[in-house]
Amino acid sequence: MPNTDTTTNDTSDHLALNSEHTQKYNQAIRREKTKALVLVLPLLFFLIVFFITPIGYMLYRSFYNPTVANLAPKTAEILTQWQDISKLPNEETYKTLAYEIQQLQKSRLSGKFAEEVNRRLPRTGSVIKRTARKIKEIELDNVKNYQELLTSLHEKWGKPEIWTGIRSASDKFTINYYANALDYKLEPSGEIVKQSEDMQVYLPILQRTFTIALIITLLTFLLGYPVAYYLSLIPLKKASILLIFVLLPFWTSLLVRTTAWIAILQSNGVINQSLLSLHIIDKPLDIIYNQFSTILAMTHILLPFMILPLYSVMKGIDSSYVRAAQSLGANPFKAFIQVYFPLSLPGLSAGALLVFIISIGYYITPALIGGVDGQLISNLVAHHMRSTNNWELAAALGSVLLVLIIALYWIYDRLVGASNIKL
Amino acid sequence: MLPVYYSPIRKLWHYGLRIIVGLVLLFLIFPILVTIPLSFNVEPFFTFTEGMLKLDPVAYSTKWYVEFFTDHKWNLALKNSFYFAFMSTILATVLGTVAAVGLASDRMPFKSLITAILISPMIVPLVIIAAGMYFFYSAINIAGSDMAIIFAHAILGIPFVVITVTATLAGFDQSLLRASSSLGANPISTFFNVTFPLIRPGVISGALFAFVTSFDEVVLIIFLADPDQRTIPRQMFSGLREQINPTILAAASLLILISIILLFTIEILRRRSESKGMFQK
Repeated sequence: MPNTDTTTNDTSDHLALNSEHTQKYNQAIRREKTKALVLVLPLLFFLIVFFITPIGYMLYRSFYNPTVANLAPKTAEILTQWQDISKLPNEETYKTLAYEIQQLQKSRLSGKFAEEVNRRLPRTGSVIKRTARKIKEIELDNVKNYQELLTSLHEKWGKPEIWTGIRSASDKFTINYYANALDYKLEPSGEIVKQSEDMQVYLPILQRTFTIALIITLLTFLLGYPVAYYLSLIPLKKASILLIFVLLPFWTSLLVRTTAWIAILQSNGVINQSLLSLHIIDKPLDIIYNQFSTILAMTHILLPFMILPLYSVMKGIDSSYVRAAQSLGANPFKAFIQVYFPLSLPGLSAGALLVFIISIGYYITPALIGGVDGQLISNLVAHHMRSTNNWELAAALGSVLLVLIIALYWIYDRLVGASNIKL
Repeated sequence: MLPVYYSPIRKLWHYGLRIIVGLVLLFLIFPILVTIPLSFNVEPFFTFTEGMLKLDPVAYSTKWYVEFFTDHKWNLALKNSFYFAFMSTILATVLGTVAAVGLASDRMPFKSLITAILISPMIVPLVIIAAGMYFFYSAINIAGSDMAIIFAHAILGIPFVVITVTATLAGFDQSLLRASSSLGANPISTFFNVTFPLIRPGVISGALFAFVTSFDEVVLIIFLADPDQRTIPRQMFSGLREQINPTILAAASLLILISIILLFTIEILRRRSESKGMFQK
């Protein structure tokens, strides 16, 4: 029995030594981990506060709109108790709204209120505006029946519809903007219905964005593949000289390149001028401010994003594989398709994904030379941000685009690895 | 010379490939080649005049460059462009370099997730970044400040710094750090005396990329900047929409010149570090 004891002791001693080592080892690893993290943290913190939070805030804004609820808080509150929307709300609701509209008119906010409600239920803005103008002069404390008063100011107050509009506009949280961004509409009753074909705006543009991005990806592949292939064949010294043709446009501002395309494509631009003086055409071609010019200029701008990853993969392909295939009897064409092309696929997928991701979010070039039919989804986001001031809709459209981009970026990260972007 | 035994198809392929490549390279460089001579046009158009085609000296002029350097708006834009690019480059380079050093450690937890986050400003569409920042910066009351624009531009430059510095660190021998600390150096002096000299080419390239990214950027400026914060690209953008005038082409040519300088500096740095074996293939 004592024997066993000693053995146990021995083992535990041994274990103790081991665990002490392990502990030290673990400590060292933990220290290194902490050191690495500490170095990354400042940047991560900076990005989280000034990059990720703003984007998160935009997502939040896409379904949070407190404007109406803040403008007329009591009405918003009382309308939540209104149950049967086929009947009119009670007298108390009329009274509350009458007072609040008068208040809003006095502080010159009734226009904002009307506009917001109108956004939810078209053709109600004018009702509210007219009511507000008339109610300004009325001494509300002396009114006996507020329902009669409002109905006498505008007959629409005698129907439940406008109330449903105000109620749904005073919801602080709404999926209305997402519904709009995908060409659905949220009926004031809470139902979601698809917009009729001729009222659809956003889905066709989303579809167009995808189509144009696909065309551009395909074009950059067709133009870029031979260039990358040729560059990978020739000696490095010659290749690095020819690469200047790819890198210089790559590092030239895209605004500069878009400007250049305006000079080339406009009605008295370089192309029309030469074709006219050669008597090939007798009046200038319409080749700018449309889809054609957008695709052409974007293909030009994004072509280096295709060539560079393709080139860096092709440079590493061992040419003896193709020779081996040929010596085994494959003709050059077959050897290329069956051996070389599959080996170049990593570069192709990297380039194609990058081009596609960048083109579906493109803004500047379509804004300058896209005309009407070359506008993409980003241009709509900008339009609602800057022209119509419908921030929530802009945010919802932006979020739809963002989800698409993140999905594609995730695929890219899986396939290529985010850190493998070559510069 | 092609070998005589080449079949006609092989010859066609040989010349065909070269012709296609030549045309594509021409397509790539053509817009840049057109811009520069047009900026010397004496007439206020974006087109080649007959005199220009005949190479008549009278048809050329440097007046748009004079206008660029004397006009108050363009001067302000030039000053703003340099200011924002310079400040955001410093911020992006410092934060990006330090983070890349941490990221290169084998022990870095959540490495791929963090890398994906650090690179993401390159991928997210500018309009989305602009919209988000517009909402958020207004909400925290820094909209319209220089700081807002410097931060925004630094964020766009960060991925470039992280990528180039990480690339130089790929060939970095981590045991040098242990050697340094075993000789008694603290982590900070190790960084400045050992790590930094070795990754310097990557840091400089990254900084140049960050600089040009800010210098060329226009979307965030459109959304975030006040009129007195206009930069050269912003001035060009409104010029193109409102009143087209060759001063825009003069500005464009100067931006091209900056790109050329940048490109050659980066290539020289790359060559130098490649010959030292720092960039790993």
